Amino acid sequence: MERMQHMSKNTDPGEAVIEAIGLHKSYGPIEVLKGLDLKLERGEVVALIGPSGSGKSTFIRCLNMMEIPTDGTIRFRQKPIGKSFRDKGAHLGIGTLRRHVGMVFQHFNLFPHKTVLENVTEGPIVVCGRPKREAEALAMELLNQVGLAEKHAAYPNHLSGGQKQRVAIARALAMEPEVLLLDEVTSALDPELVGEVLAVIRNLAENGMTMAIVTHEMAFAADVASRVIFLDQGVIAETGTPEDVILNPQNPRLQGFVARFKG
Amino acid sequence: MTYTWDFHSVWQYWDLFLWGLWITVVYTLGSIAFGVAIGFATCAARLSGSMILISIARVYQEIFRCTPLLVQLLWFYYAFPLLVGASIDNRVAAMLTLSLYVGAFYAEIFRGAIVSIDRGQREAAAAIGMSPWQSMTRIILPQAMKRALPAFINQSVIQFKNTSLVSVISVADLAYMAAVVNGQTYRPLESYTLMAFLYIAMLLPITQAADWVERRLRVSD
Repeated sequence: MERMQHMSKNTDPGEAVIEAIGLHKSYGPIEVLKGLDLKLERGEVVALIGPSGSGKSTFIRCLNMMEIPTDGTIRFRQKPIGKSFRDKGAHLGIGTLRRHVGMVFQHFNLFPHKTVLENVTEGPIVVCGRPKREAEALAMELLNQVGLAEKHAAYPNHLSGGQKQRVAIARALAMEPEVLLLDEVTSALDPELVGEVLAVIRNLAENGMTMAIVTHEMAFAADVASRVIFLDQGVIAETGTPEDVILNPQNPRLQGFVARFKG
Repeated sequence: MTYTWDFHSVWQYWDLFLWGLWITVVYTLGSIAFGVAIGFATCAARLSGSMILISIARVYQEIFRCTPLLVQLLWFYYAFPLLVGASIDNRVAAMLTLSLYVGAFYAEIFRGAIVSIDRGQREAAAAIGMSPWQSMTRIILPQAMKRALPAFINQSVIQFKNTSLVSVISVADLAYMAAVVNGQTYRPLESYTLMAFLYIAMLLPITQAADWVERRLRVSD
């Protein structure tokens, strides 16, 4: 862990942290992803947009092997990810990948039998083997960062949706990930709670966190992303700066899609 | 109809009743302990993903869930020894049958609770790098066991009552002893009423405690 942190600080900012090459994913006869490539560079914030069913969630879930691609490769720091949990030969294990690539879910998925603090310390203690006291200090720092330090002893079911999602972000950050994958993290929230979660993410982006964000919040994507990718029917239909993709779309399907969200 | 109750003559045999009650408790707790182990193993087999293990577990479960416990006891004590060519101690047959019987039900209770835990829990555990084993023991099982508790207690209460069937293969439990006392005193009303009372006295506190536990668990949700 220490070594990894050290390495990450010494690598080029332009280097790909995580990479998808020729990614295919099928469920039975239905092909959801039809050969996608993506290079995520350090410090980059990529927003994935597209109509529902376009494959954006499946795609982001392939990046940490939550879904196992039918074909294609995921590389993390140039190393291909294998099929087993542990490292094997030249392949990194899925467990190793997930240690360094955090994920936040649409439905939070906090552990209901653990307090807010325990939710955040679980990964560092159990997966990284860090001492409890150290993990708790880090967790309190992160909870403070997401504005929930005073809720550390509460159970998740006593929190609002926005608070739950901020705890979930802190839980992912506690692993000190190099990449954060955010899968529609505001879609299950009441409209008035969306802002507090977006503020946390914006803050992360400003601090240089590498992120891939699946979102329907067009204004937010335009604001926070360095690159926007429009997925349509399982392929990357458009990619570019937020100005190009969201503000001045050329592709007619993209125009139609973006127009619906501008209201 | 003027029946004169005479608990006195029955109560002379209080030591038999207490001994029988003790045997009932021993067989209940023993078969629950073995049953939990069998239940966990069967549940693990059912969730293993291996077709062979799943099939074996299912065949076992269906045999023991779809035949009456009485039939199982008779079969293990009278039929099974002919099959293997060696006699089997009635106490061993009783404990074995009771354990296998309740284990089949426990397995289903555990399995149902585990699969009822939201898939997102497993995903969240996996996303922070937990191994399948860590995810199961630290995230899924603690939640699943809490969910399984009411059904588990219910099945165990049924098990306590079911042990009365071991009397048919001459295991000297409470039901057996009540029959013995009846034979001595010719007082079936008193003998069997006292037996029923002892079952109630044992189980009523347990069912009340179970209700309380269930309410407590709901509060912490």
